[in-house]
Amino acid sequence: MPTLTYRDALNHALREEMERDPNVFLMGEEVGVYQGAYKVSRGLLETFGERRVVDTPITELGFAGVGVGAAMVGLRPVVEFMTFNFALLAMDQIVNSAAKMLYMSGGQVPIPIVFRGPGGAALQLGAQHSQAFESWFAHVPGLKVVAPATPADAKGLLKSAIRDDNPVVFLEGEMLYNTKGEVPEGEHIVPLGKADIKRAGSDVTIVCHSKTLSVVEKAAAELAEQHQISAEILDLRTIRPLDRDALVESVAKTNRCVVVEEGWPFCGVGAQVVDEIQREAFDHLDAPILRVTGADVPMPYNKHLERAAKPTVNLVIEAVRSVTYQS
Amino acid sequence: MTGLSTTPSLDRARLGFYRGLLRQMMLIRRFEEKAGEAYALGKIGGFCHLYIGQEAVAVGSIAALRDDDYIMCSYREHGHALARGVASRAVMAELLGKSTGCSAGKGGSMHLFDVSRGFLGGHAIVGAHIPLATGAAFAIKYRGTDQVSICYYGEAAVNNGAFHEALNMAALWKLPAIYLCENNRYGMGTALERASAIYDIAERACSYDMHAETVDGMDVLAVHEATERAVQRARSEKLPTLLEVRTYRFMGHSMSDPIHGHYRTREEVEEQKRLDPIPGLFHRLETDGLMSQHELSALDAEVVAEVEDAISFAEESPEPMEDQLYQDVYQ
Ligand SMILES: Cc1ncc(C[n+]2csc(CCOP(=O)(O)OP(=O)(O)O)c2C)c(N)n1
Ligand SMILES: [Mg+2]
Repeated sequence: MPTLTYRDALNHALREEMERDPNVFLMGEEVGVYQGAYKVSRGLLETFGERRVVDTPITELGFAGVGVGAAMVGLRPVVEFMTFNFALLAMDQIVNSAAKMLYMSGGQVPIPIVFRGPGGAALQLGAQHSQAFESWFAHVPGLKVVAPATPADAKGLLKSAIRDDNPVVFLEGEMLYNTKGEVPEGEHIVPLGKADIKRAGSDVTIVCHSKTLSVVEKAAAELAEQHQISAEILDLRTIRPLDRDALVESVAKTNRCVVVEEGWPFCGVGAQVVDEIQREAFDHLDAPILRVTGADVPMPYNKHLERAAKPTVNLVIEAVRSVTYQS
Repeated sequence: MTGLSTTPSLDRARLGFYRGLLRQMMLIRRFEEKAGEAYALGKIGGFCHLYIGQEAVAVGSIAALRDDDYIMCSYREHGHALARGVASRAVMAELLGKSTGCSAGKGGSMHLFDVSRGFLGGHAIVGAHIPLATGAAFAIKYRGTDQVSICYYGEAAVNNGAFHEALNMAALWKLPAIYLCENNRYGMGTALERASAIYDIAERACSYDMHAETVDGMDVLAVHEATERAVQRARSEKLPTLLEVRTYRFMGHSMSDPIHGHYRTREEVEEQKRLDPIPGLFHRLETDGLMSQHELSALDAEVVAEVEDAISFAEESPEPMEDQLYQDVYQ
C-alpha cells in the first residue's frame, strides 16, 4: 500500500471526485492560486481551472451562502474554510440554510455540500485560532459531522462526504496534515456513520476521534506495557450520525469506557457518547464512564499552559486506571 | 438621486398582458385579506407578513422572467409565490400548515417552496438568502446556461453583511443575478433614515461597480420594464443589477403589528394608499378605454372565488401525518 500524508490523501480525494463528477467544485479562500492555506488543494487549479477551483474574497458568510445556493440548484460544492474558527461567521448559512432547507421545503431541496477545513488547536495560535467545533455542528439535525484521524480515513471519508446528498461538516486536524499513513490504492471509500476499532483490546474501550487518536494510541501502548491493561481504541470517525452499535458492541466486551476529545467538556461529544452508552449498555458497565477533554477555558498562548489545556497521554492513562480500579 | 423609472403609455395590443397583471395583483390582494382573516381566527399561526400594497413589485418583476429562472425570497413572499403560478390552494394550505401545502406543511408562511417553478423559498433570516441567490447565479454561470437568478429582499437587509458580501461576489464574478430591493421604507418599526447612512439604496451599487436603477414600485408596468432591462443584462451581458423598487406596505409589519403606531402616522399610510397599484393600473386601462368598471367587478368576483376555493381546500386538507416529523431531516 502506498504511504501518503493526510494532506495528500485529502488532495487525492478531491481530485478523484472532481474527475468523477463535473458538478463537484472547490471554493474558498486561497484554494487556487495560493494552492490552499494548508496546501490541501495543491495542483487542483492547474488541473481543473478557475471555473472549478474558485478563490473567494474573505467573506465566509457570503461564500458559504453561495455554496448552499449552488447546491440548491444541483451543484455539489466543496466549501473550504481556511480554518473552522472562521466558519463561525458562516454559522447562519450552515445551520439556518444548509441544515434546514430539505426539511422546511417539505423534502424538495436537498443540499449536497461539504464544508471542510482544519479544526482544533495547532500550536500556540492563541484563543481565537484554537478550538474544536465538533459538538457545535453535531448538535444540528440535518448536518452530518465527520472528523478523520488517519490518511486512509481522510481520503475515504471525504469521498463519501462529497457523494452524500446532505450537508457534511468535514473537520480536518490542523496538526494532522503532515502525518503519514498507508492508503489503499484505487477507489477507497469509507462510509459515513461507521466507527473503526483502531486497536482491539479487552479491558477498556477508549473512544476518540481525529487528533486525539494519536494521544490514545500512545496511552494504550503504555497501558499495555506498564499496567497490563488491554485497551480497545474506538475511533468514531463520524460524530453525526454516531455509530451507536459499535459503541455498545465494544463496551459489551470491555465493560469499561473512557471518552477522549479535544473540545470543551460542557455539552461535548463525549457527553453524548456517555449518554448513549449508559442507556444502551448500562448492564455491561462495571464502572462509571470517565471523560478526558480539553480544559474548559479559552486556549492560552503560553506553551506550558497550552499543553495543560489539551488532552494528554497521562490524563488518558489516569482515567483508564481509574475506571479499571487500578489507581 | 437616480431618476425614478416610470411607465410609457399603454399599448392596446397588450391588453391581455395588462389584464393578467391586474388579475394577479387582485388575486394577491384578496388572498392576503383572507390570510389576515384566517390569522385572526387562529387558523394560521406564527409570523405572517402580508404583501398588501406591494403587489406591483412581485407581479411586474416576475412577469419579466422565464419559467426556468430562479427566484429567492424573504419571508414576505406569499405574493411572489402566487405571481409565479404556485397554486393559491397550495399556498393557502401551507399557511394553514396542511400536508397539501407547497412545503408539505413543514415550512409555513415564511418558507414557501416550489422547486418545479424555480421558486427557491422564502427565507426568514434577514439578508441570508441574498448569498443563496448569488449561489444560484453562480450555478447558472458554472453550467453555461442563460437563466437568471432574482432575489427579493427589504430595504432593511442592505445594512446586513450578507447583502454586501453577496453583491460583491456577483459583480466580481459577473453573475446573472438581479437584486431587487423592495424599499417599503421600514424594517418593522425602523425607518430607512434611522438605519441607513445613505437613503438612496440604488447608490450602494456603485460600491460594486454594478448597474442600478430606481423604480416606482406602485407602477406595475414600470417595475416590469425595469426588470426586463435587468433580465436582458443578466441573460445577454451576464451582469448583475441592483433594482431599488420604491413601494409601501399598507399593513403592519406582520399580523401581530398595528398598521400605524409610533413609527408612522395614519396620515402617512392614508396618503400612500392613494398610490395603490391596483386602482392605479385599472384607472389607466379605463382612461384608455381598455377596461370597464363592469369588467373589473367580474375580475374581482373571479379572484374572490379562487381565494374562497383555496381556503376551503386548505381547511379540508389533512394535517401532516405524525410520521412526517422525522421525514426529510436527511435525504
Ligand atoms: C438577521 C435577522 N435579524 C432580525 C430579524 C427580525 N426581523 C424580521 S423582519 C425584520 C425587518 C426587515 O425589514 P425589511 O428588510 O425592510 O423587509 P420588510 O419586512 O419591510 O419586507 C426584522 C428586524 C430577522 N428575521 N433576521
Ligand atoms: Mg422594509
